Amino acid sequence: MTVGIIDFGMGNLNSVANAFERLECPSFLLTEPAQMKTVDRLVLPGVGAFGDGMANLNRDGWVPALEAEVRTGGKPFLGLCLGMQLLATRGKEHGDWQGLGWIPGVVRRLETTDAAIRIPHMGWNDVEIAKHDGIYKAAKGEQTFYFVHSFVFCPEDTSVVSAWCHHGERFVASVERGNIFATQYHPEKSQKCGLSVLRNFLQASAC
Amino acid sequence: MLKNRLIPVLLLQNGLLVRSELFQIHQIIGNPIHEVQRFNEWNVDELIYLDISRDGSYDLRRDDTKVKGLDHPLGILDAVSRTCFMPLTWGGRIRTTEDMRERLRRGADKITVNSEAVRTPSLITEGAKCFGSQAIVASIDVGRNAQGNREVFVDGGRTATGLDPVAWARECERLGAGEVLLQVIERDGRGTGYDTELIHAMASAITIPLIACSGVGRFEDYPSGIQAGASAVAAANLWHFKELADRLGKNALLKAGVNVRR
Repeated sequence: MTVGIIDFGMGNLNSVANAFERLECPSFLLTEPAQMKTVDRLVLPGVGAFGDGMANLNRDGWVPALEAEVRTGGKPFLGLCLGMQLLATRGKEHGDWQGLGWIPGVVRRLETTDAAIRIPHMGWNDVEIAKHDGIYKAAKGEQTFYFVHSFVFCPEDTSVVSAWCHHGERFVASVERGNIFATQYHPEKSQKCGLSVLRNFLQASAC
Repeated sequence: MLKNRLIPVLLLQNGLLVRSELFQIHQIIGNPIHEVQRFNEWNVDELIYLDISRDGSYDLRRDDTKVKGLDHPLGILDAVSRTCFMPLTWGGRIRTTEDMRERLRRGADKITVNSEAVRTPSLITEGAKCFGSQAIVASIDVGRNAQGNREVFVDGGRTATGLDPVAWARECERLGAGEVLLQVIERDGRGTGYDTELIHAMASAITIPLIACSGVGRFEDYPSGIQAGASAVAAANLWHFKELADRLGKNALLKAGVNVRR
């Protein structure tokens, strides 16, 4: 089993590689789309803004290759943070951008009318699990994950939601559809709960 | 519900971990990597690493604190990142968005800007555009001017800026910062408790999270920072000289009714 971590210039790559190393799974930083064929699992991490993220994916030719590997080929895929948001149809961060559109929906700013709620949503928060198989298989007790974001993914069809979180409003903590998994939080920074999510992803079967 | 965070701040000077007092006295206290491993095992919420080196030299002088092959601060970031299984904020000597990109690439989750943000405020905006506001922490050092009023200082507390701390925090938010780290020079290393008045004034003036730092001498000092309006409480020296610093700190916060990650 090997994991390919897509390096599209949006940060946070070492942390993700370190987490897989901890799980004793070899991981590789992929700098060219063709390299995706050589690995068993794909991870799209991302720290950054929506527009830059899509621009980098488009510029370096990742989009058609990802379509082929993940949507046509069925290779298990995990999007992290910005990597989840890019699955949306559109993103409204510093403008209005077209996303990958794999899961219909928009990415918009976290909304709250409560002045005591600070944005960005930064820190550890509990999630409410909606799908107990998949990446939360065997999850027990309080599930607390590390979040750092100001924008949230609002899918049109909420049946894809695998966990919810609350911060001013209820928002999507993670999604799952077939071989596509994604989390708004950073599992690679969420200690034991996060490792368990990554371990479950490694066990997910191809579609 | 979002937890309040408890954060150790590690100060790095010329490749070594130091403790700081009044931003002037810096004692070498250890190896930058071993300390992180210890925090990781403790299940710490988050970590802030500040490189406060003032010149370009990274001679690792003492044998017992020496880390092989580390002659550059980013080498330390690489090594920290390999052992750091928690959120990591990296600060110090960041002057361009390329500096930011380099640090985020090497495993930092957030970067802090301080002196350069005062000199070139657009750096905050550019950083927020490239990496998102959540990755940009405005670090603000507050001292007293000749009139005895609070003022923002840069260059490790050596240069006065004429900026009002609360107004500058608000401006940092407007420029695109996602979080503010407040340090108070006169409290640094003194163990006399947080400057709750300033924390309250600053936290009330901004809508982004505030990390309170400077002044913690006992674990019981932590809750006052949260009660004053901070989203997270941080300390530096206390973490090095007390055993079980995370557990005991969390217990003090829980006892005061603060919502923390157990």
